[in-house]
Amino acid sequence: MTSASVRIETPPTLIKVTNLDVIFNGQSVLNDINLSIATGQTVAVIGESGCGKTVFMKSLVGLIPPTRGSVHFKQDDLAHLSASELSDVRRRFGFVFQNAALFDSMSVFDNVAFPMRQSTDENEEQIRQRVYAHVREVGLPETVMSKRPSELSGGMRKRIGLARAIILEPELVVYDEPTTGLDPIMSDVINELMLEVRRRYPVTSVIVTHDMRTAKKVADRVLMFYPFSRRKDGESQILYDGSPAGLDDADDKRVQQFVRGEAGERITELAN
Amino acid sequence: MSDTWESLDGSACLHSPPKFSVMSLSVSTHNDSPQQPAGDHSVGQGAPSIKEMLYGWVVQWGSAVVAGISVVGDIAMFAWEMLKWMFTRLPQRGTLLINFYQIGVLSLPVVALTGTFIGMVLAVQSYYQFHAIGLESHLGVVINTSLVRELGPVLAATMLAGRVGSAMAAVLGTMRVTEQIDALTTMGADPIHYLVVPRFLACILLIPALTIMADFMGIVGGYFYCVIVLDIDHASYLSHSRDGVVGFDLFSGIFKSCFFGAMIAVVSCYQGFHCKPGAEGVGKAATAAFVYSFVMILAIDLFLNIILDKFYALIYPSGINLL
Repeated sequence: MTSASVRIETPPTLIKVTNLDVIFNGQSVLNDINLSIATGQTVAVIGESGCGKTVFMKSLVGLIPPTRGSVHFKQDDLAHLSASELSDVRRRFGFVFQNAALFDSMSVFDNVAFPMRQSTDENEEQIRQRVYAHVREVGLPETVMSKRPSELSGGMRKRIGLARAIILEPELVVYDEPTTGLDPIMSDVINELMLEVRRRYPVTSVIVTHDMRTAKKVADRVLMFYPFSRRKDGESQILYDGSPAGLDDADDKRVQQFVRGEAGERITELAN
Repeated sequence: MSDTWESLDGSACLHSPPKFSVMSLSVSTHNDSPQQPAGDHSVGQGAPSIKEMLYGWVVQWGSAVVAGISVVGDIAMFAWEMLKWMFTRLPQRGTLLINFYQIGVLSLPVVALTGTFIGMVLAVQSYYQFHAIGLESHLGVVINTSLVRELGPVLAATMLAGRVGSAMAAVLGTMRVTEQIDALTTMGADPIHYLVVPRFLACILLIPALTIMADFMGIVGGYFYCVIVLDIDHASYLSHSRDGVVGFDLFSGIFKSCFFGAMIAVVSCYQGFHCKPGAEGVGKAATAAFVYSFVMILAIDLFLNIILDKFYALIYPSGINLL
């Protein structure tokens, strides 16, 4: 009786990808990708190099237009928005780049303040307060504010990149290999920061990563992509779509191989 | 993450494909496919026939022509996008001032120095011919006219292309390779509005000032060499100099320089935006920015001189009496 009165509300879809194809120079990179990402979800996208993870991620934010199909952010089809409409939508995204992509010509403070100066009417004092709060949030001292990105370590740059990505409190944060090139401790710091961002803000996250620890620790859904050129006929490019816990017990041998990090027959394939 | 792009398209841009690269991409596909029939030679079926050789030759030259037209089209689209931004929203004052300083103010010393030397070189080169016919006091006419009409604007533009054009291409190319341009886009800023428009405005607005500086320093250099070193009479040198240069000469030099500045900014920024991956790509973009800018400076100079000479003939039907 009571079960009839309990209504489980499924979170609304934030991103809907429909029949997405991306082709470069006649080569298919993404083929017929269909998926939805719910609001508040944290999705890790894994897969070997060249499988189209980055292209998928850039398609999600409208940096790469689809050859066919569509990417909807809420109700908006990104491919059919005008340049100014797309700019407005992108202000609701945060993007953490692999190498942080901080602007060399600006100080750390100006880098973090950039999205606010670009997209809000807040005065310099309000901007200063928000920038200092976000830089503290990612665990960096105020002394970094006047430094140039080139004076920072890789981990610090990534954290500044994260502070810049979340300063406008976006609805979607996309992380491109956030732990690549970092030592294990710093990788875990970044993982913890991603979890912290998720706890503090009502944010949906897409994390492109090779790091299985990140996928298992931070994500609540994992997608494994497979290169289009090597998939079997008629097979989906997404080999795995499920919980991180289920990765170890996946039926597909290729998923298990990737999770365990075993070269297997790829050694002979590469030699040929 | 860059693996995907490099393996897919080593010839295209590293990260997101540039907005205006659609035509070039289709051309590179085009390049590959028609060579298949000609590729039959490679499987060792003997020497190619004349028909096959002719086919290969037509394909190669055709591809080169199509690629050239595509690049011109891409540059035109790039320039159009920039002009649209320029007339809809100007960049912030801070962004403009930094570019004005880097492009204009920091170029002044090198332009002044070049102008001074070229003025003196003109004096050295012309002196013996003029001295032989006893007209050395008229040297100023030749030096000043050459400088104001031709050498001042062309030298200022060349220095701008070398100092600023290649630097712009290198900076924008590095930003492309390190995903900073993508970062701008994801933050809702248009890279053309934010990066190209200020550079274009700085080039087009400040190159006249650089040209005037080159003219002035060249005149000073010529005067110094003629009057101080060659001991030509000061009063007659100045008097003849004044008679030789008219307002239209100064105008035509400055008028041409605006075209040079616009072209340097567009070509250099385009090269930076379409930079290929890696350090080599950035280096090539910087070199290409200077080489293409320099060639274009000379081509535009010729074209504008032909037009301006028509106006000159209208304004001064009997010409200027230089002697």
